[in-house]
Amino acid sequence: MYPSDLKYTKDHEWVRLQGSEAAVGITDFAQRQLGDIVFVELPAVGRQVKQGDVFGTVESVKAVSELFSPVSGEVIAVNPDLSAHPESVNAAPHDAWMIRLRPSAPAEADALLNADAYAALVK
Amino acid sequence: MVEFGGWDMPVEYTGITDEHLAVRTRAGLFDVSHMGQIELAGPGALPAVQWMTSNDASKLAIGQVQYSALMADTGGFVDDILVYRQAADHFLLVVNAGNIMKDHEWIAAQARAHGDVSVVNSSSRYALLALQGPAAQGILQPLTAVDLAAIRYYWFATGEVAGVRATVSRTGYTGEDGFEIFVPPAQAERVWDAVLQAGGKAEIRPCGLGARDTLRLEAAMRLYGNEMDEHTTVLEAGLGWIVGWQKGSFLGSAKLQAQKTQGVERKLVAFEMRDRAIARHGYAVTAASGPVGIVTSGTQTPFLKKAIGLAMVPVALSAIGTKLAIDVRGRPAEAEVVPEPFYKRQKAR
Repeated sequence: MYPSDLKYTKDHEWVRLQGSEAAVGITDFAQRQLGDIVFVELPAVGRQVKQGDVFGTVESVKAVSELFSPVSGEVIAVNPDLSAHPESVNAAPHDAWMIRLRPSAPAEADALLNADAYAALVK
Repeated sequence: MVEFGGWDMPVEYTGITDEHLAVRTRAGLFDVSHMGQIELAGPGALPAVQWMTSNDASKLAIGQVQYSALMADTGGFVDDILVYRQAADHFLLVVNAGNIMKDHEWIAAQARAHGDVSVVNSSSRYALLALQGPAAQGILQPLTAVDLAAIRYYWFATGEVAGVRATVSRTGYTGEDGFEIFVPPAQAERVWDAVLQAGGKAEIRPCGLGARDTLRLEAAMRLYGNEMDEHTTVLEAGLGWIVGWQKGSFLGSAKLQAQKTQGVERKLVAFEMRDRAIARHGYAVTAASGPVGIVTSGTQTPFLKKAIGLAMVPVALSAIGTKLAIDVRGRPAEAEVVPEPFYKRQKAR
């Protein structure tokens, strides 16, 4: 259920570290709690975020939820598909990345939850 | 499951969007047994209903239903209700779950001045299922000998559904054709299962509170506690059509008459977002001077795929086409006042 190559926050974001980049999205648990996602609001490219900062919001039909950055860094890309197809977060939450960061302190990810610990958290 | 008016109720079964689209295109089944029923019977029943509700109940034939306001003496709503005329001197009021006790006390107190009338809270005697959607009649007809085609919009009939004694009314809270089915609670599950089974081919969906809210909002139907309360008048809520102006004085009518003459200061409007944002219940409508109004309901609608809502605004901001600034979590987003409802079904009948 929860891919082992991702790290997870207690706020239900995931981060995938790939070389000098980090992709960030929300977990399957989060999308199920939210229900049908209709709007993802993302930051401007170039913005600096710190670990734990709000970088955007995700809205479903029934609720709005803030997105917290799992690591610090500069936003280098936002997923262009989510504007027209926010429902892809429901369909494939661990593939539908929201932002890519250039982490300024990659070691921050070490303190995040691994897949087993996250699965236990949301069980 | 969420707590709602003292009941544990599902927000969704297969998903709000899936359920919402099922009702717009096929059929959906809601368990709305949380709704309350209060009955007035006796020679004083009609005068009592006339006194405490806004609409003209004397115009109701036996077997007919009317949307109305249970009035506060301020011209506001104690509740918004449906009035069923079951006999010349017997009315059944369908009230909101959270208001049952308050309504019962209010109705009993108001009825005392109208002579021989008994007031009974019969909520525990009814379960209520709402079958809504264009396929509703086709699904329900094989389960009942009641001629559904003969029940006009806002009329009801009695008979059996799936072998269970039932009252069937052509009413609903979705903007779609459909029926509300009153049955004894002990047999409700049997009727629920039978309707779902009968709707199998039509891909009926069980529907929760989430879709009920998005469907009613697309149809611009008001929700008690959001669009109206004891401090909102019937005219401010945009419901002048449920006022029986000709019937003489009734509870709160002086206030309504004054507002009709002088005009209201604030008014409920329908809006669509122009900026990419969703305005939700409680967000402020702002002007240069600060907050001037409030969003009473708002969502992204699954069928129209637009961010829509209702807002209470000063009358100066209520004309169709007026641009509204809504404070969406600290940032202004533009909306525009539009005609209501957002969605209106094509009438087949």
